[in-house]
Amino acid sequence: MDLTLEVWRQPSRTAEGKFVTYEAKDISPDASFLEMLDVVNERLTEKNEPPIHFEHDCREGICGSCGMMINGVAHGPAGGTATCQLHMRHFSHGDNIRVEPWRARAFPIIKDLIVDRSPLDMIIQAGGYISVNTGSAIEANTLLIPKAVQDRSMDAAACIQCGACVAQCPNGAAQLFTSAKVSHLGLLPQGQPERYERVIRMVEIMEEHFGSCTMYGECEAVCPKEISTDFIARMNRDYLSAKFRTRRNETER
Amino acid sequence: MTLDSKIPPGPIDQKWEHAKAHYKLVNPANKRKYDVIVVGAGLAGAAAAATMAELGYNVQCFVYHDSPRRAHSIAAQGGINAAKNYQNDGDSVYRLFYDTVKGGDYRSREENVYRLAQLSVNIIDQAVAQGVPFAREYGGTLENRSFGGVQVSRTFYARGQTGQQLLLGAFQALERQIALGRVKMFPRHEMLDVVLVDGQAKGIITRNLVTGTIGSYAADAVVLATGGYANVFYLSTNAKASNTTAIWRAYRRGAYFANPCYTQIHPTCIPQSGDFQSKLTLMSESLRNDGRIWVPKKGGDTRRADQIPENERDYYLERKYPSYGNLAPRDIASRGAKEVCDEGRGVGPGGRGVYLDFADAIKRLGRPVIEERYGNLFEMYADITAEDPYSLPMRIYPAPHYTMGGLWVDYNLMSTIPGLYVGGEANFSDHGANRLGASALMQGLADGYFVLPVTVGDYLAGQLGKKVAATAPEFKQTQADVEQRINKLVSAKGSRSVDSFHKELGNIMWERCGMARTAEGLKTAIADIRTLREQYWRDVRVLGTNEEPNQALERAGRVADFFDLGELMCIDALHREESAGGHFRVEYQTADGEAKRDDDNFLYVGAWQFKGEEGAPELHKEPLVYEEVKLATRSYK
Repeated sequence: MDLTLEVWRQPSRTAEGKFVTYEAKDISPDASFLEMLDVVNERLTEKNEPPIHFEHDCREGICGSCGMMINGVAHGPAGGTATCQLHMRHFSHGDNIRVEPWRARAFPIIKDLIVDRSPLDMIIQAGGYISVNTGSAIEANTLLIPKAVQDRSMDAAACIQCGACVAQCPNGAAQLFTSAKVSHLGLLPQGQPERYERVIRMVEIMEEHFGSCTMYGECEAVCPKEISTDFIARMNRDYLSAKFRTRRNETER
Repeated sequence: MTLDSKIPPGPIDQKWEHAKAHYKLVNPANKRKYDVIVVGAGLAGAAAAATMAELGYNVQCFVYHDSPRRAHSIAAQGGINAAKNYQNDGDSVYRLFYDTVKGGDYRSREENVYRLAQLSVNIIDQAVAQGVPFAREYGGTLENRSFGGVQVSRTFYARGQTGQQLLLGAFQALERQIALGRVKMFPRHEMLDVVLVDGQAKGIITRNLVTGTIGSYAADAVVLATGGYANVFYLSTNAKASNTTAIWRAYRRGAYFANPCYTQIHPTCIPQSGDFQSKLTLMSESLRNDGRIWVPKKGGDTRRADQIPENERDYYLERKYPSYGNLAPRDIASRGAKEVCDEGRGVGPGGRGVYLDFADAIKRLGRPVIEERYGNLFEMYADITAEDPYSLPMRIYPAPHYTMGGLWVDYNLMSTIPGLYVGGEANFSDHGANRLGASALMQGLADGYFVLPVTVGDYLAGQLGKKVAATAPEFKQTQADVEQRINKLVSAKGSRSVDSFHKELGNIMWERCGMARTAEGLKTAIADIRTLREQYWRDVRVLGTNEEPNQALERAGRVADFFDLGELMCIDALHREESAGGHFRVEYQTADGEAKRDDDNFLYVGAWQFKGEEGAPELHKEPLVYEEVKLATRSYK
């Protein structure tokens, strides 16, 4: 199929960017969106024009590296997939496709479609873990976890930290991402000792970098792992309970 | 130099205890005086960096991704083995050890494998404590499934995302240490060389992938956990950026490269669909628990799979290997697929595919059970192929997946360069000539959580007061070498893209050094690689400069190293005149087409030493001694 692409090109963080139009001809419907861009890049290189930079790695929808706004939708029209798993059969011959980087104040552009998502790691650093040093674990089967609880925790743990939720949110909020980690750990018995401190610390850092959640729900609609906004409600509940609890003196820790 | 594997004395089940009892220790108050560099943050790297930081060392961790959580360990699907014997099916540490040695076709080091089996149980405990949501039974206990090459159920899993969940456990432990200030993280930094001072590893040279700045970093020890090199084939199941540069640069600085020809071609991948293809996607081996592999009995049968009656199907693995059936080890299952396709019985476009059929399992267990077990894999298959695997069988074909070869290491995971340690897929140690499914995660985490933190400490104890600054002349010299090489690449304004060369190299490797190898083919490959490499340096086109994000430049450096590595793989494959595991030499096979080892002449680890740009690499042999497991012809019949 033949397509027309309008791609955001920006040489560096501080440089001015603009849309540039490219013709993408003879694209196989079986190619992935990134493979289509590979083809375009090979042709640009042949013409001595700088190839489009985009982040990607596993191309199996699990590493979370890739992501772009495709006609205004994070990861494109298919739903429930990362950009690398979006195939060209979801488009038609003659389509005009606008390709932009993640749009969020918290994610400055590095080059073309590559953005800096490091504030997401900072949220994890604030408490997205269970504090257990190597070697001090108990025998795994001494901890019985109901299957339903484990399944629910896994639903949340499936997050790939791609940042689509933030990019799609009109407020640039990171509630879906943060609540997925809060819930993954907070649902499990192992996560209980730090449950309330964790949610407070993670939410505070989140609010430093990202916008506020007003429940548009667009995050859930574009999440490649279809993570539910129910986890946001769960996080808010935990956060509120935590605020009512007597917080231990910080210096004790 | 003779290869000293530093195996501790005593009976095999007490060697690791003995080693730990005799390693030198660093006083807790002194630990913070030591700097350790960890390159890579997959399972081995993240686990090692986090654990060493917990112990009190200053750790610097370098990754080329934007976040340590992107490492390719994240894509591992099926599971992780451990000798817990929760299923009461006769499993034990010894059995896991035995299965791994046998699966590796008797080309691995017994003592390392035994330690791996011992540590496997600790890994599960650690992962659960971190909150890894492994699958569970209704009673709340951990669930297991089976993988290829074994007759017990010892594989722990988290849906089809076990690698992701284990990596998140290690990543979260790492992030915790970053927050505590004990690990300094360097994202978007690619290691381009290792720095030796008086023959010891004292640091690395990196390129900042955003600014292009070349930097020198010093430490008391360096750990490489940079993964495998299957991308030498261009099309593989590896992530696009996975490469050999870190270990190849170390090889050029004196670390021996062991068994480079041992590569794993995974039997269950989605077949290639066109020239635009950028990578191949794995369908987890766990599918072989319930899927049945078959092709039509007669060639050229173009009927739809569900139109071919039962008696006209050949379930060739079940036929040839009745006791293991569809769960035969990977090398055997892959060769089986190649054989039937070579006979003209392959299915799908181009005839390079076999069926993996779930119809019986769906009939027996019901669709909901299959959805629960493999739902995300079925979805991924449907996304990629636009076919519904619930109603039609999957089409699969073997693809390069894992590399058993890697830098030579002793029992302590130290390479032949003192102070340079290698963990995970980047080393050669545990899988011999073929790795069993669900064992890579086990090895990466055993190395990272339990082995490296103590063995690196043993070395550091002798390094007090021997710190070298990153301004030392050795750093300046190595940095100059790196800069010169980058200049050479960015000034190459030839006519062909990096990828076009990489594809051509991959094709040579796949045809001549893939699933079946011959002396003649390997000689041709070596000559072809040399010609292509010469063209590469003359005619590659790298646009842009060093001082900006430049993905073509990143790839150009990696592909240049793949040329050199590909040549060494062929040299190794040519010298090894036997078949073993994933290394199948057509000249050496049994009457029924199985791999035929030559234990009299090749019962050793082949470790290659770099001898300069013009010199031929020199082979060193570490003899393999089997005291626990009796050498036998591998049989899965």
